[in-house]
Amino acid sequence: MTGTHEADRTENTFDELDTVDVASKTPDEPQPYAELGLRDDEYAKIRDILGRRPTGSELAMYSIMWSEHCSYKSSKVHLKKFSEKNPRTDRMLAGIGENAGVVQITDDLAVTFKVESHNHPSYVEPHQGAATGVGGIVRDILAMGARPVAVMDALRFGDAEHPDTKRVLPGVVSGISFYGNCLGLPNIGGEVVFDPSYQGNPLVNALSVGVLPVSRLQNKNASGLGNVVVLLGQKTGKDGIGGVSVLASATFEDGDTDNRPSVQVGDPFVEKLLIESCLEMYDAELVVGIQDLGGAGLTCALSETAAAAGMGMYVDLDRVPLREASMEAHEVLASESQERMLLIVSPEKVDDVLAVAAKWGVLATAIGQVTDTGRLIINWHGQTVVDCPPGSLADDGPVYNRPMKEPNDRALIAADRAETLPRPSTDDELRATVLRMAGSPNLADKTWITEQYDNMVGGNTALSMPDDAGVLRLDNSGTVGSGPIGIALSTDGNGRFARLDPYTGAQLALAEAYRNVAVTGATPIAASDCLNFGSPEDPHVMWQFAQAVEGLAEGCAQLNIPITGGNVSFYNQTGMTAIHPTPIVAVLGVMDDVRRRVPMGFTNDGDVIVLLGETYAELSGSEWAWSQHGHLGGIPPAVDLAGEQALAAVMKRAAEVEHVSAAHDLSDGGLAQALVESVLRHKVGARIKLPDHADPFVWLFAESTARALVCIPRGHEKAFGALCEEHDVPWTPLGIVDSSAGGIEVVDHFAISTGELAEASEGTLPGLFG
Amino acid sequence: MTARIGVVTFPGSLDDRDAQRAIRLAGAQPVALWHGETALRGVDAVILPGGFSYGDYLRGGAIARFAPVMETLVDAAKGGLPVLGICNGFQILCESHLLPGALTRNAHLHFRRRSQRLRVENTTSAFTGHFDAGQEIVIPVKNGEGRFVADERTLDELEGEGRVVVRYVDGNPSGAMRDIAGISNAAGNVVGMMPHPEHAVEALTGPSVDGLGLFTSVIAHLGRTAVGAGSSQT
Repeated sequence: MTGTHEADRTENTFDELDTVDVASKTPDEPQPYAELGLRDDEYAKIRDILGRRPTGSELAMYSIMWSEHCSYKSSKVHLKKFSEKNPRTDRMLAGIGENAGVVQITDDLAVTFKVESHNHPSYVEPHQGAATGVGGIVRDILAMGARPVAVMDALRFGDAEHPDTKRVLPGVVSGISFYGNCLGLPNIGGEVVFDPSYQGNPLVNALSVGVLPVSRLQNKNASGLGNVVVLLGQKTGKDGIGGVSVLASATFEDGDTDNRPSVQVGDPFVEKLLIESCLEMYDAELVVGIQDLGGAGLTCALSETAAAAGMGMYVDLDRVPLREASMEAHEVLASESQERMLLIVSPEKVDDVLAVAAKWGVLATAIGQVTDTGRLIINWHGQTVVDCPPGSLADDGPVYNRPMKEPNDRALIAADRAETLPRPSTDDELRATVLRMAGSPNLADKTWITEQYDNMVGGNTALSMPDDAGVLRLDNSGTVGSGPIGIALSTDGNGRFARLDPYTGAQLALAEAYRNVAVTGATPIAASDCLNFGSPEDPHVMWQFAQAVEGLAEGCAQLNIPITGGNVSFYNQTGMTAIHPTPIVAVLGVMDDVRRRVPMGFTNDGDVIVLLGETYAELSGSEWAWSQHGHLGGIPPAVDLAGEQALAAVMKRAAEVEHVSAAHDLSDGGLAQALVESVLRHKVGARIKLPDHADPFVWLFAESTARALVCIPRGHEKAFGALCEEHDVPWTPLGIVDSSAGGIEVVDHFAISTGELAEASEGTLPGLFG
Repeated sequence: MTARIGVVTFPGSLDDRDAQRAIRLAGAQPVALWHGETALRGVDAVILPGGFSYGDYLRGGAIARFAPVMETLVDAAKGGLPVLGICNGFQILCESHLLPGALTRNAHLHFRRRSQRLRVENTTSAFTGHFDAGQEIVIPVKNGEGRFVADERTLDELEGEGRVVVRYVDGNPSGAMRDIAGISNAAGNVVGMMPHPEHAVEALTGPSVDGLGLFTSVIAHLGRTAVGAGSSQT
């Protein structure tokens, strides 16, 4: 803000509050709407809705709620495709538009999960940005009535060698570690990718998953005339003001660390208390409606709850407990202070709510009530500073059909194929390539990061990183049936593929997440997404976005799994340079008996190693092309969703009857990297013999989809082969697990010892960040 | 009679449900105890579980030692009640002066979680009777402030009296002095350890089931010493 505005605000505070009355009488008062991110026509629309100029508080509220982050104004027209194409299923208890989608698992039990971005704050202040990203998504899950049971994170950083990456990565990891560990949520998986396109715009996408009895499902409706509006949790402070409008809805330019005060500060201990007190209130049926306070704070929670119920609301803003007494009304309304929930409670249950809060030492304050006026009326110092229809804030934001344009360089990029790059021509070169790639930052062992996360708290983690998917036993503190049902979750995304072709790239992300869940033996049942893109004002970015949404929606329809909700993060761009389009897809799966889950890694001598699926000479966009040639061009690998479904069917059945002892999906780095990771998992080696007709380079490094590496216990080979044939899944025996091999031996070509592999793979991240 | 083992829940306790599960799997009955109450509900032994008792932004366990439940627990422990402090529980026991030394920030300054190999050095404590002396076990460790420190004299005393209960082998995850992972008081009824035995009780979820031994040991110990309900109560 300029000095002039500072002076104006001071004047307003001490001389005259900008009330509804004042606004009516001073229609020509100039207002800083442009600085707050509103366009001329948007400001005019606000004046039209109100029949006068907005007060300072109202202007702040509209600017936030109509920001890109809150209103989805650029993405809305495209996101409709998800609802239109979603396969019909009886499992969906809550879907797109809710705080998080809810999927029924058994008669009594449901699971809710969602991914959300906290990209911009994590660049400005990595530790708190990432920490509060975890806190925010956990409250979304809590608001649905669920006990949060795990978190995951999909991270993208700039070049691993870049000095700023040494600032951002350790901060992001420590923030996730700090918040998630203190909260008692196991971190069960995720991904880390380095690419220069994320240098000024790292991505921090956090996922949380929760479990609830079906009967405990909550909603955000402020229904019931006379019901009391209760604010639960932290005091409201000046932190995070403008988080969604300033940080998340504009591109970064120079001097961006000035935005640091817009980043929220997290207190996981209070979030833990919030979780326990909310769950206790749900179980005692004390709550009519509930909404978390995240982006846009009270503004969003008040307007959305009232709008959802079609009711009015009166709020006495002076009752909001403040951390900082000098705060003004618009700051109280815009603050994104963390660890707060808004409850709608019937009057006779208010005392019980306050008692539960007191038990857990959480602040709870009645700040208003539900009315039938159809207006959101907010008083401050005894005067009305807000009087507007809540739906105009929550639902009637601008919707843009922004111009889209296919990038001009598409044909050139497609023609620049990685398949024509020089390849390793001797066995020694093949061997050296495997080792170099195993030690490259994107493929190297991620223990330096993941060992900072508690993956076992709660005692239900059956698989976690570096396994392909996180797998949890559903054991909701005894409220669940006896069966050890399991759920599996994976997040995936490949920005390089999406850069080459956003439609295909989005489907490849979906296919990989689906496959990662499937190889554990789980049946994929639902998906969620976090769509990270550059500026929607750039027609090329908008085209990428539309393509990715189309691809994802179509892919989900073909795989017969619904999108249950998601998140869009635009403006991930510095100046004119946007990140690779990066749709991150999370897939949820279920398994009847979690004890049959299939882990990753070679363990048992004599197990037969089998490759499922077909390998083609698909190298464009691959990790090989990028890490060995710095090349990105061509056409990404072909999507084969029918093949993925067949693979999933084989894995589900094979897991049930224990035909398979271990499995690993093939993705980044191809077969070579899958072998490296399978050997390093338990330091047990393998002898591999590629088929006679195989081009060893293509077989080792191609990234064809719908493939997995599986271990078949001796005696099960025939039955497993029959199962593959039944489902039309190509299968190729490749060798055996053999601890006497001392590493990977590719017969007739090369051998690499476990020690050499470990040194290459496990030394990279500690070397860069330790 | 089935042993009744209390698990104290502080507002920021995280592994309390895991400890209760471990107690059940070992064949005893878990009893929930609340930090804000002094009552020990006639339990035969107590677990102080892992977590961040009161947020622990100050120092792990520094505030928890003043909790109402600790008023009675300290006296009961001095009277012979078996008490196992795991991770944050170990920190609380040190802050309460039931055990000597302190747990400080890990030498490498990171939270670290891994499956850790340990050697059981003492099999006479209330929680380690079911192990063989020198037995190596695998139990997860996960903490940011797990580095056991004490002055040389205290360390010598602990070693001399056989009060080092478990020691890290194949790598020290925190920089703990003399690789100490857990210790006991002189009587052997109070044990504190950084590793989490409650996370190694089921093949499905743990790196081993070695942790179960801590819980079955105390049940056997209770059978031998017949510490009855109420004997250590206020």
